[in-house]
Amino acid sequence: MAEVDITSKTMDGMGPHGTKVGLLRVLGPAHVWALGVGIVLVGEYMGWNFAVGKGGAYAALIACWFAGILYTCVAMIDSEVTSTVAAAGGQYTQAKHIVGPLMAFNVGLYLVFAYTMLEAANAITAGYLFSVVATMSGYEGTLDQRPFIILVIMFLAWLNYRGVLATLTFNLVITAIAFVAILVLFVSTSGLVGAGIMQHAALMEGAASLPYGWIGVLAAMHFGLWYYLGIEGTTQAAEEVRSPARALPFGTLAGIMTLLIAATLTWYICSGVLPWEFLGDGVNGSVAPLFDTARLSGSNGLIWLLGFGTLFATLASANGCINDASRAWFAMGRDKYLPGWFGAVHPKYRTPYRAIIFLVPIALIFALGAPLDQVITFSILSGLLEYTFMPLNIIMFRKKWPLNTIKRGYEHPFHPLPAIVLLSLCGITFFAVFLGYGTQLVAMIGFYIVVSLWFHFWRYRFVNRGAQFTMPWPKPQGY
Amino acid sequence: MAHYSPPTQSKVSQLIDVVVLVALTVGALFVPLWLGMAGSSKSVAAPVENPTWETLGQNATQAAQYEALGYTPASAHDLILARFDYSFTTGALLLMVAVIVLYYVLMLRFSEIEYREVISEKFGEK
Repeated sequence: MAEVDITSKTMDGMGPHGTKVGLLRVLGPAHVWALGVGIVLVGEYMGWNFAVGKGGAYAALIACWFAGILYTCVAMIDSEVTSTVAAAGGQYTQAKHIVGPLMAFNVGLYLVFAYTMLEAANAITAGYLFSVVATMSGYEGTLDQRPFIILVIMFLAWLNYRGVLATLTFNLVITAIAFVAILVLFVSTSGLVGAGIMQHAALMEGAASLPYGWIGVLAAMHFGLWYYLGIEGTTQAAEEVRSPARALPFGTLAGIMTLLIAATLTWYICSGVLPWEFLGDGVNGSVAPLFDTARLSGSNGLIWLLGFGTLFATLASANGCINDASRAWFAMGRDKYLPGWFGAVHPKYRTPYRAIIFLVPIALIFALGAPLDQVITFSILSGLLEYTFMPLNIIMFRKKWPLNTIKRGYEHPFHPLPAIVLLSLCGITFFAVFLGYGTQLVAMIGFYIVVSLWFHFWRYRFVNRGAQFTMPWPKPQGY
Repeated sequence: MAHYSPPTQSKVSQLIDVVVLVALTVGALFVPLWLGMAGSSKSVAAPVENPTWETLGQNATQAAQYEALGYTPASAHDLILARFDYSFTTGALLLMVAVIVLYYVLMLRFSEIEYREVISEKFGEK
C-alpha cells in the first residue's frame, strides 16, 4: 500500500507551486456531472447530424454507438488517472506526471483548442437560433447574428470570471432543462403518449438507408465523436472539487451514461422525422435538428421547449468550454509552459481570470470567421489527438505506478482492453477524418509538430525541471 | 542531477511567445480555408432539370416532410442531390499515416528525454 494517500480530501494541488491563493474547492459530484454533460449535451442539439450527411441515418446510428464505446473507454481510463491527480489542467497534468513535458504541452493545447472551437461552434448555433426566433416572430429581414455571437461569448466569459460555483450551478440548472427537453420531445413524438409522428421506415427506405455504402459508415465516425466530445472535461475541475477521488469518477461515469441515452434518443427522434439529406446538412439544412423536429411536430409548446433547450445547451456547453480551456491555459502558464503571466488567480474571485480573458478573442476569431462544420472539425481533431494520447497514458501509468504502489480512487477493469479498443477506434476515426478533411488533419498535425519543436528547443528553457512534478507520488518504476 | 535554474523571461519575450503561438494557431486553422483546400465540399454530379420529388428520388413521405419544412423540388434540388467524394489515393493515405506516426514518435521521444531530467531532479539518480 502507498505511504501517502494521494486521494486526500484536503490536499491542495496549488501547494507545490508555492502559490498563496489557490482555486476554490467548492464543487460536488453533481457539478462534475453538469460540467461534463453540460459541455457535451449541445452535441445532441447540433453537429452530430453531420454524421448523417457523411453516411446516412443508419451510418450515424452505428457511429453513435461505436463513438459511445470510444468514450466509455475514455471515461473509464480518465476516471482512474484523474482520481489520483487532484490538480487543475486535467489530462495536461496527467501527461506532465506520466509521459513528459512535451506531451503535456501538446495535450494542454489539444484541450484549449478542442474547447475553444467547441465554444465558437456553440456561439454560432446560438446566433442562428436568435435569427430563427426573429423570423418566427415576424421579422422580415436577415438578422445579423454577429452581435449575438459576441454577446454570448462575452457574457459567459464574465460569468466564469466571477466565480466557478455560480458558473457551474448555472450549468447544472440549464443542462438539466436541456436534457429534460429531449426526454419530453421523445415521449411526445414517439407514440408513447398520443399519436406518434415517427416514420423511420419510409424515410430510410431504398437508397436512403446507406447512401454511400459501408465507406459512409466509416466516414460517419468523424462526426460521431460530436455526440460525446468534451465529457473528458470533467477532470478540469479536479482542483476545485471537495472530494476528487469520489466526485470525479462518479460525475464522469454518470455523465457518459446520460449521454449514451441522450444520443440514442436524439438519433431516434430526428431520423424518424427529418429526411436524411436535410438532417445531414448542418450548414444549409438542419443547423439545430431537435429544434427542427419540434417544428414539424405542430406543437407550439414543443417548439418553445426545444428552442430554449437548444439555447440552454449551447450556453451550458460554451460555459463549460470557457471553464475548461481557461483551466488548461492557466495550468500551463503556472508551470511556465506558457508565459507565467497566465498562471495568476484572481485575488477576490479565485478564478484564472487572465486565461479566461485571453481566450475570449481567440474564440471570437473562429466564431465570426469560420463555417460551423470547419469549426467542429477543428474541435474534433484536437479531441481525437487527445484520445489517442490516453491509451498511451494509461499503459505508462500502470507500468510506472502499478496498482499496489499508489492508491486510486477508481481502478478501471479489464486493463489493457479498454486502451486497445480506444486506440483502434481512434485509428478508424483518423481514417474517417482523412476521407473528408485530410488537408485540415495534416495541417493541424503539422502545426503540432512545429509548436512541439518550438517548445522543446526554445520554451522549455524557462521551465523548472523537478518542480513540475507536483503530485506526492513515489518515484516511477524504471527510472 | 544538478538543480536547473531557468532564466527569467522578460515581458517583451513573453509577449513575443504568445504572439508566435497565436499566429501559428490561426495560420494552421485558417490557411487551409483561405487556400480553398479545406475539403468537405459536396457537389451535384448529375443535376436534374425541372425537378420533381419523383425525379429527385423522394417517396411520398419524404416529399411531404420537405414540403412541411418549406422546400419545393427546385429549392431542395442541391440539398438532396449533393454528395461527398470519398475517393482517395494510396499515396495520400500513406502520407497521413506517416505524418501521424512521425508526430507521436517525436512526441514520445522528446518527452522521454525531458521526463528523465524531471524525475532525476525530483527524486535523485537511481
